Amino acid sequence: MSRLAESSLYQLTSARFRLFFREPEAVFWIFVFPILLAVGLSIAFRNQPAAVLKVGATTAELARALNADKGLSAATLGESEGRKALATGNILLLAEPGSGGVVFDYDDTNPDARSAKLLADRAVEKAAGQRDTVAIATRQVHEAGARYIDFVIPGLLGMNLMSSAIWGLGFAIVEARQKKLLKRLVASPMPRWQYLASFLLSRLLLLAIEVGVFLGFARLVFGVPFRGSIWQLGLMCVLVSLSFSALGLLIASRAKTMEAASGLMNLAMLPMWILSGVFFSASRFPNALQPLIRALPLTAAIDALRGNMLQGFSLQQLWAPVAVLLSWLLVSFALALRIFRWR
Amino acid sequence: MSASLAKSDGSGGPALGIAGLRKSFGDTTAVDGLDLEVFRGECFGLLGPNGAGKTTTIEICEGLTAPDEGSVKLLGMDWGKDGNRLRQRIGIQLQETQFPEKLTVEETLRMFRSFFDQGLTVEQSVATAQLEEKRKSRVGGLSGGQKQRLAMACALVGDPELVFLDEPTTGLDPQARRNLWDLVDKLKGAGRTIILTTHYMDEAERLCDRVAVMDHGKIIALGTPKELIASIGGEQIVEFATGEGDAVDEAALLRIPGVESHSIHAGVHQLFVSELHTAVPPIFAALQAQGAHLTQFRTHSATLEDVFVSLTGRNLRDE
Repeated sequence: MSRLAESSLYQLTSARFRLFFREPEAVFWIFVFPILLAVGLSIAFRNQPAAVLKVGATTAELARALNADKGLSAATLGESEGRKALATGNILLLAEPGSGGVVFDYDDTNPDARSAKLLADRAVEKAAGQRDTVAIATRQVHEAGARYIDFVIPGLLGMNLMSSAIWGLGFAIVEARQKKLLKRLVASPMPRWQYLASFLLSRLLLLAIEVGVFLGFARLVFGVPFRGSIWQLGLMCVLVSLSFSALGLLIASRAKTMEAASGLMNLAMLPMWILSGVFFSASRFPNALQPLIRALPLTAAIDALRGNMLQGFSLQQLWAPVAVLLSWLLVSFALALRIFRWR
Repeated sequence: MSASLAKSDGSGGPALGIAGLRKSFGDTTAVDGLDLEVFRGECFGLLGPNGAGKTTTIEICEGLTAPDEGSVKLLGMDWGKDGNRLRQRIGIQLQETQFPEKLTVEETLRMFRSFFDQGLTVEQSVATAQLEEKRKSRVGGLSGGQKQRLAMACALVGDPELVFLDEPTTGLDPQARRNLWDLVDKLKGAGRTIILTTHYMDEAERLCDRVAVMDHGKIIALGTPKELIASIGGEQIVEFATGEGDAVDEAALLRIPGVESHSIHAGVHQLFVSELHTAVPPIFAALQAQGAHLTQFRTHSATLEDVFVSLTGRNLRDE
């Protein structure tokens, strides 16, 4: 066997790899789950072409007038029947003949109902003989990069990098401590730094697969844009993954049981899932919270990834989130090494 | 055992020298002033009940725990100065190590082998632990005895001069224990120094050249198993119990030639006797004369267990 394959760093790293791929659940959560989530979200939030809006009218004449508009589908309903349909949301608007004209009943806080009202206005006036005074032509635009899926893909990528690094490192280390394997390893001549290095190495190798598969899928299926430099995007993924690995190491540095570790990991990750802008922009939170939110590593990660992918920013332009990530990396790693418990 | 395990060590001095060792955890004293020498090539047993301080002592020797006081020298080296060199030359099997369940036997051994500069090939280690058939099996699928043999193989993979085995057979069935004993025998045959802890006295008698009995962090007896058994003054033991309320006159029993001592543990009388065949008939006669009704009567050769009981007044597994 070659010298490389006999070296302890190689053996430790390949053991990490084997243990990862022999754990089907881990493979699912890291490789398959983010893709399923992206598909699910893209279906739920797809930008629909304006559907035909359902409305009602109490007279056949009014219904005919409304039906003349392509955007409306009107049914003739009795008055009480019509009110019921409006209350249960089956129709967006009810048209009745009123004193000297037409009365529309609709909910003006519902955007669809407001569209229906505008269309109905026009349809009724057209039926009364009014003509367009200005000819208007329209062009349809569906710009890649402005859709929800484009917004959410960098968010999911950041979240996935966080979970895989924190779970991957944290659980494996605490399990080894709980099963006294860490103690057995430090009793052997194994260089201690190599044990930690094997985690970082295997993480970086897995990262290449993880990011490649996910972004490849996003590109091929959703046509998500990559406006920034690809190698800078890769560099950012490495930085993000290392920062969260350091955080995972810190969380795992003293915990003695899986339960304790699991609690600490959730405590660290839960606020970021909510606050860091994975699914919606973090700027929706109050201004007072913004400095705190900006300091979270996941916010910085997602800002940097979105900046690169959607806005085409360079690393220099993204110095602020990059600096936040670097600080998390250095502080967590230094602290973890200082307080790490081998037994 | 493979030829490469046979090794002659030219350097003199003991394999292990401990002087004035002390270690406390909070307000419990685990090791309370221990002096000990283990010679090269011997199999040395550290005996005692759970909580006697055996594991703490052995972990200090293995460099896993720092002592509060005292010095430890292994193979003429110190942990402070020669830690890395020492780790290359000793083999360690810890209590309760669980190897990753999803690695195979071979992968586990190859990983441990990679930590050592020299040592056995993976094939040799697999053969040493008699795990040839399980070579490609995952650790999670091994029996308790096989897991323990794998732990032993990991301890031996660096071809160590000094081997520490911490309770190697605890929790194993009798057949698996015997397999492990054979492995230790082979190691002894290859001239290795072995230091093992156990709370099974039969194991110590079977395997060890010398034993130290520990209790409350101190060594309370040291010698070969034969010497220790002889020291309690009688190689045979007569045990009996009588019906409730029957008075037994100890003085009359002690006057019988060959009866060395008398004691009572949990309602059972114990006599240490030098000559069983001449002592038993007068014991029967004396008990009958006292009007005692025997409910139990048995004899056995004295063991290290009896040594422990006579030294401490407690059974080994009392606590």
